[in-house]
Amino acid sequence: MKTNDVILQTTSKVVFFIIILFAIHLFFAGHYHPGGGFVGGLMTSGALVLLLLAFDIKTVAKGFPIDYKILIGIGLLFAIGTAAGALVFNVPFFTHVFGDVYLPIFGETSLHTAMLFDLGVYLVVIGVTMTIIQTIGESE
Amino acid sequence: MSLLHLAIFSPFLMAIFVPFLYKGLKSIHTGWFVLALPILLFTYFIGFLPITRNNGTVEKSFDWIPSLGIHFTAYVDGLGLLFALLITGIGALVVLYSIFYLSKEKESLHNFYVYLLLFMGAMLGVVLSDNLITLYMFWELTSISSFLLIAYWYDRERSRYGALKSMLLTVFGGLSMLGGILLLSIMGDTFSIRELISQAGELNQHPLFLFALILILLGAFTKSAQFPFYIWLPDAMEAPTPVSAYLHSATMVKAGIYLVARLSPIFAFSSYWFWIVGAIGIFTMFWGSFNAVKQTDLKGILAFSTVSQLGLIMSLLGVGAAALHFDTLNDNIYIAAVIAAVFHLINHATFKGSLFMVVGIVDHETGTRDIRKLGGLLSFMPVTFTIAVIGAFSMAGLPPFNGFLSKEMFFTGMIQLVNLDLFNLETWGMLFPILAWIGSIFTFIYSMMFVFKTFSGKYQPEKLDKKPHEAPVGMLISPIILAFLVVLFGLFPNLLSYSLIQPAAAAIVPSLVGPGELLDVHISHWHGFNPELWMTIGVIAVGTLMYLTLSKWIKLYALFPGKVTLNALYDTSLYAAERGSYTLTKAYMNGFIRTYLVYIFAFFIGILGFTMWTRQALTIDTSNLAPIGVYEIVLVVIITAGIFTILFAKSRLTSIIALGAVGYTVSLFFVIFRAPDLALTQLVIETVSVALFLLCFYHLPKLNRHEERMGFKLGNLIISLGVGAVISLMAISAHSNKMFESIASFYVENTYKEAAGKNMVNVILVDFRGFDTLFEISVLAIAGLGIFGLIKLRLAKKGEEADEN
Amino acid sequence: MEILMSIVIGALFASSVYLMLSKSLLRIIIGTGLLSHGAHLLIITMGGLKRGAAPLLGEKAASYVDPLPQALILTAIVISFGVTALFLVLAYRAYQELGTDNMDEMRGNEAND
Repeated sequence: MKTNDVILQTTSKVVFFIIILFAIHLFFAGHYHPGGGFVGGLMTSGALVLLLLAFDIKTVAKGFPIDYKILIGIGLLFAIGTAAGALVFNVPFFTHVFGDVYLPIFGETSLHTAMLFDLGVYLVVIGVTMTIIQTIGESE
Repeated sequence: MSLLHLAIFSPFLMAIFVPFLYKGLKSIHTGWFVLALPILLFTYFIGFLPITRNNGTVEKSFDWIPSLGIHFTAYVDGLGLLFALLITGIGALVVLYSIFYLSKEKESLHNFYVYLLLFMGAMLGVVLSDNLITLYMFWELTSISSFLLIAYWYDRERSRYGALKSMLLTVFGGLSMLGGILLLSIMGDTFSIRELISQAGELNQHPLFLFALILILLGAFTKSAQFPFYIWLPDAMEAPTPVSAYLHSATMVKAGIYLVARLSPIFAFSSYWFWIVGAIGIFTMFWGSFNAVKQTDLKGILAFSTVSQLGLIMSLLGVGAAALHFDTLNDNIYIAAVIAAVFHLINHATFKGSLFMVVGIVDHETGTRDIRKLGGLLSFMPVTFTIAVIGAFSMAGLPPFNGFLSKEMFFTGMIQLVNLDLFNLETWGMLFPILAWIGSIFTFIYSMMFVFKTFSGKYQPEKLDKKPHEAPVGMLISPIILAFLVVLFGLFPNLLSYSLIQPAAAAIVPSLVGPGELLDVHISHWHGFNPELWMTIGVIAVGTLMYLTLSKWIKLYALFPGKVTLNALYDTSLYAAERGSYTLTKAYMNGFIRTYLVYIFAFFIGILGFTMWTRQALTIDTSNLAPIGVYEIVLVVIITAGIFTILFAKSRLTSIIALGAVGYTVSLFFVIFRAPDLALTQLVIETVSVALFLLCFYHLPKLNRHEERMGFKLGNLIISLGVGAVISLMAISAHSNKMFESIASFYVENTYKEAAGKNMVNVILVDFRGFDTLFEISVLAIAGLGIFGLIKLRLAKKGEEADEN
Repeated sequence: MEILMSIVIGALFASSVYLMLSKSLLRIIIGTGLLSHGAHLLIITMGGLKRGAAPLLGEKAASYVDPLPQALILTAIVISFGVTALFLVLAYRAYQELGTDNMDEMRGNEAND
């Protein structure tokens, strides 16, 4: 089903970036405010779904040549890696560390290994949602 | 972890590398690499001899599950060391032999050696564990490796049958044994064998004692192929011959003997122990040898012979139990039975191992093991013949081989039993020496059959697949070493007496051996013309006569009914069990998902309703309710409307949209209930879900009701209303009965302190309960890949079919 | 509120069970969707409703609602999405292969065992 809806396509291009930005904001805010890996990931996939609706699958696939299945794997690796990384420092599995670090531009920032774990969740959620939608969409 | 633990685990570690060695170095037989390990272990264990020689012990422990009192305590004493040496020593010889027996081109050697190493490690674990749970674990592992090895040629039906049979019987025994172990631990409050032994006196009085005894003996008897469980051993002969030599004669089947010997100090005071072990042992000894004579397969003869010899050792241990009824070593004649048991254990491993290897050679070089086809091989294989003669004569109990010595000691033990004034032996005691004697006659007959039917008589080349010739040198090394040991131990038995036999026997009767004391072990060839010697002479005379007239009376075996055997019993009960469970399952598994759901829901209603009723859980506490606002009422109305729309919807689009409406309402509920994270997530999920439903929409069928009848609908209605009511009542009751303080305060206090976050929900997800999230995303990943597979792989399959067409 | 919610949850469960017991594949899937909504609301209701501020320390409130049920539900929401999607695809594939969405006709028969 090819659609040729110029208004939808133009709006969705703009809205897409707004949603993505909001999703990333949600992801990073997660530790202090509502948000986190799940919502961020779902929101990002929501943005991609919007593009899919406005354009067709092939165009989107060209714009984002990502194999979402591999994204699942990367996400899982991040999650398990963060958890298992604790073993290297001889503390129990899943021990997180955090601390305040001075970064240029951002200034004093609190860094947290839980963020890495959440990044894994974020990637898995995007990967799974998009894999599902893409495979179903493709199987005409 | 200590070096000792490492030694026990080393076969497992080695097993990891075997497949790589096999794939990587195809030109070299994998066996050569494997061979190094048992040799190394054997020399390592030899190093313990000076310690155990004076009844010293070595103990290394590390915690496994300390909260349950389960430790991996590696414990070396005389008995354990003897077995460890047997396992590694015979193991090395068997591996060497297998290098020539199994062709590296045709056989999947990696499987073979992985299983073999698995067995070796498991068996070492059995004999070197002091903790009964560790012992049990390794015990079952030996059953599994035995199963795998019997089924090594798994394309043969008989192999699979034999493997399954051995597995079922030994695992049945193993589970019984686990029950016995647990009972013991309940009685003695420990899993440590030594601690249990030190409480033997109290355990004896315990009401559970007899149950523990019987259950543990079930484990030992199934493993050691005692009557009536021996039936798996002849079928286990489908395994490659090196395996039969190793597992099914020298080591694994002796695990039961080990267990009986090891636990004798706990149980021996009971007359049941004496009667069960002694009587079953002696009867198995007779029955095995009696049945061996009618076998035509060389391995079948050896299998029944092993059954018989195991029975012999078992009966000696039974008699040895009598020794523990005396407080001192002085005049304790029954200690001789224990010594005989240990001595015969060693002897059996040497002569039976060599005989199995002989069978392997004959099979390998002629292509058959059937004594009706064999004969006259003497001139083709003189070396093999010599080994066979040494092994078989030792088995028959002829001088000057080691079997003669231990057989004499066996007779001594049985004769002395008659004089024992314990356990009502006056009446039935005579049966022991009589059965022993008759059994020995049959042993003599089948030993002679083994040698002379194979190597002398008429050579029948037309019945053989191959032209027989002497085996390659490599294949002869192991049996020659074993045959040499048979002669050596026969001529100089006292090489063993204080190095191996005394420490092992002392470990079986620890209460009789004071610190610094040694048992008196002296094995001599000549005792004068005593009853034992006359019995041996009788065995030889009657045996020779019967062997010569074999063809006259062998037909008598045909008189035994073929249908009423233990094997038939096993086959029928297995068949009945399969049939029965099939019928039973068929009765309620009718293939309708609805039926299963009805079972689940009906059970759910029943169990929850019943519990709430009996426990008087149903209370309504209205004092502590949250207020109801206008928004809530509106949302409740919307959600109810949504539900009804779904229920009565005529088209799929309506129901999908209504489902979405319910979902969005739920997310609004989350807003009201102060769960911003949930509200956000639910909102996005609902959007994606609806998109998903709409995507699938094209592919899905029309929403039709399939003419549901009124009764059908009514039934569904009753069940669904029941579930709804139970859930409502449960939710109300859960609100009204707060049985515990909420643990919420922990998270409120610690979210910032411990995890430096402010969003508690997110902190719980990524930090406090990170495991949940980790598993959750794994499940999600599986679901995603599952969907991908469901859709994509089908296309690939269709493509293939198209190609084939 | 809790009692009212309990009744709503009961209604959700009852209707989902009714749908799951029907013969049509699509209705069964919609039923599972409703079931998960009911379960989520059940968990949050059992934790007590509106007893404090949202579980964000930034709110600086004297008391917060219980965060644990919320964390559990968040996990459950995402999982139930995955399960629903899998069900959908399963249904669609089954319909494609078997040509029916009637559960009675989908029943495996012995000849295929």
